[in-house]
Amino acid sequence: MAAPRTLVEKIWAAHVVAELGDATDLLHIDRVFLHERSGGRMLQGLTAAGRTVFDPAMALGTLDHIIDTDPGRTDKTKFPGGAEFIAAFREGTRAAGIKVFDIGDPAQGIVHVIAPELGAAQPGLTVVCGDSHTCTLGGVGALAWGIGVTQGEHALATQCLPAARPKQMRVRFEGRLADGVTAKDMVLHLIRTHGARGGEGCALEYAGEAVRALSCAGRMTLCNMAVEFGAWTGIVAPDQTTFEFLQGRAYAPQGPQWDLAAAWWKTLGSDDGAGFDREMVIDAAALSPSVTWGTSSEQTVGIAEPVPLPGSFADGAARGSAEKALAYMGVTPGQPLKGLAIDAAFIGSCTNSRIEDLRAAARVLAGRKVAAGVTAICVPGSTPVKRQAEAEGIDRVFMAAGFQWREAGCSLCFYNGGDSFGGARRVISSTNRNFENRQGPGVRTHLASPLTVAASAVAGVIADPREWLRR
Amino acid sequence: MDPFVRLQGVAAPMPIDNVDTDAIIPSKETQSTARSGYGEKLFANWRYLAGTREPDPDFVLNRPRHAGAQVLVAGRNFGCGSSREAAVWALSQFGIRAVIAESYGAIFRNNCIRNGVLPVMLPIAAVEQLLAELADAGRAPVVAVDLRAGTVRAPSGAVFGFEIGALEREMLLQGADEIELTLKQRHLIDAFRARDRALRPWVYADAGQEPSHAQDP
Repeated sequence: MAAPRTLVEKIWAAHVVAELGDATDLLHIDRVFLHERSGGRMLQGLTAAGRTVFDPAMALGTLDHIIDTDPGRTDKTKFPGGAEFIAAFREGTRAAGIKVFDIGDPAQGIVHVIAPELGAAQPGLTVVCGDSHTCTLGGVGALAWGIGVTQGEHALATQCLPAARPKQMRVRFEGRLADGVTAKDMVLHLIRTHGARGGEGCALEYAGEAVRALSCAGRMTLCNMAVEFGAWTGIVAPDQTTFEFLQGRAYAPQGPQWDLAAAWWKTLGSDDGAGFDREMVIDAAALSPSVTWGTSSEQTVGIAEPVPLPGSFADGAARGSAEKALAYMGVTPGQPLKGLAIDAAFIGSCTNSRIEDLRAAARVLAGRKVAAGVTAICVPGSTPVKRQAEAEGIDRVFMAAGFQWREAGCSLCFYNGGDSFGGARRVISSTNRNFENRQGPGVRTHLASPLTVAASAVAGVIADPREWLRR
Repeated sequence: MDPFVRLQGVAAPMPIDNVDTDAIIPSKETQSTARSGYGEKLFANWRYLAGTREPDPDFVLNRPRHAGAQVLVAGRNFGCGSSREAAVWALSQFGIRAVIAESYGAIFRNNCIRNGVLPVMLPIAAVEQLLAELADAGRAPVVAVDLRAGTVRAPSGAVFGFEIGALEREMLLQGADEIELTLKQRHLIDAFRARDRALRPWVYADAGQEPSHAQDP
């Protein structure tokens, strides 16, 4: 009988090409996903070094980071210099023979949204992409992590990457979430409790009753923010929910190949008695909607709690960070966030832009209007998500409420010098990063679930979605 | 890649946690696919007065005391956030060859090693002492970092040992091209794929799972 292993240890072992010593292995990389922000640079670097793409069929690309999300968009972008990135990306992928889901393609969208949607991200695959939120794909059981441009060249040129064996961490969310509390609130609570470096050096497996009960979309939200927890990646063991999500998708295995694949996928869950370096249990039933007050995702409170006092932080660097964040955010220690006036609301990004997220927001928005003076924007994560929402009439709910309804892309998750909230200062956002200036010069970002964003948009102040849900 | 062996130089203190790569190089500053020209863009939102290219005299790298800094000292989780490698290009093109912090964002740290920038990890107590000494106007803000010895010498002369993986140390000391090293293992990659194709045929494109809509005209 083999020693019990974790989910990540099993996937890892299936990919070791060579042991390099120093607790580092050369891993085979099954899929490289590319986008126009870093993909063109990788391919340019590869060409400049006289190298070629090892296996173009193991790479896929899309346009998401730089392209505009306004209806009728073209190659001309609000982001200065965007055309150069788009041209370099198209030229590089065409020369290498890599399939790209371009503007106008019915499958185009945010890379981490379309990869599972296409069935190209699958359980047990190793996946890399030049984007830190590649860990999102752990939501379908892939071992996926973000890399820089140099490592992207490496993966493209060799179909391999050296990787240090991570520590094994498991977080079990036991119990059931209350209505109005979502995967976003789970992960913000985790980061708030254990810090933005709480998962440092770890592969984080999310488990427990509340995780099993999540759709693949919710699991992707959890895994998306593993990087905000400082983890190397996050993952959820594949199960029936995963298989039902993947079956029949364009890049998923078909016919006898599906049966072979599914048989392996079913063996991947962590064994009873598998050793975790760290394990924690969180009572999911006790969670409430979470909102960030500062400029790190660890600076989070429950919707009814006050912003902490800077004196409550232990040492110099932590207190310095809290004081800097309080000053930037213009929030008052000791005061709750609930009731704080907002200027804008954003629903989108690889964290929370899937059809489940839009349906949830529509539960709050139906028959209501965005408060006067609030700029509200919804950017579906992919063109298929947008089409699905339109088929369900969700687009009309958003637009009737006063939301802009955009084309798919990363959009205002980050400010690149082009698109903006038009002078709005305080934004409630379903995205993943509340860093200084992340969504625009001086913009103050409060991260929250799509439900909380929708409720706040209607209220005109940060609001508790549980008070706004249609029953 | 330039090797990193040792350096002695001016260090700048940044006594905060979670300095993210958006702060190190804002997205709006990366408007070209080029890998050069990032030195002047380092910390652009903090370094210049709002909406200008006028240096903010209060920002640590603009203070005469820290002019020509080659080392940056910060708190925990330095370089968290976006994978943008331009964060490391900006540091190195500005002249920063080593960062000292309690911990790092994993992708940023990987990017440092592959660009000849040394990410030193020290316990928080040592980091706090370094930050205090660098802020002490009575001392020259100079530190020495020796990768082979694995030591940092503080302005006071105190010496802190640090650890780094042997593979990463060698890559920095040699200025090695990691892709070249992996390409030398080509026979192992081919052997792995032959074995793996038998075990996991669905992972490979020739397993009959070519998607129907993937052809371009």
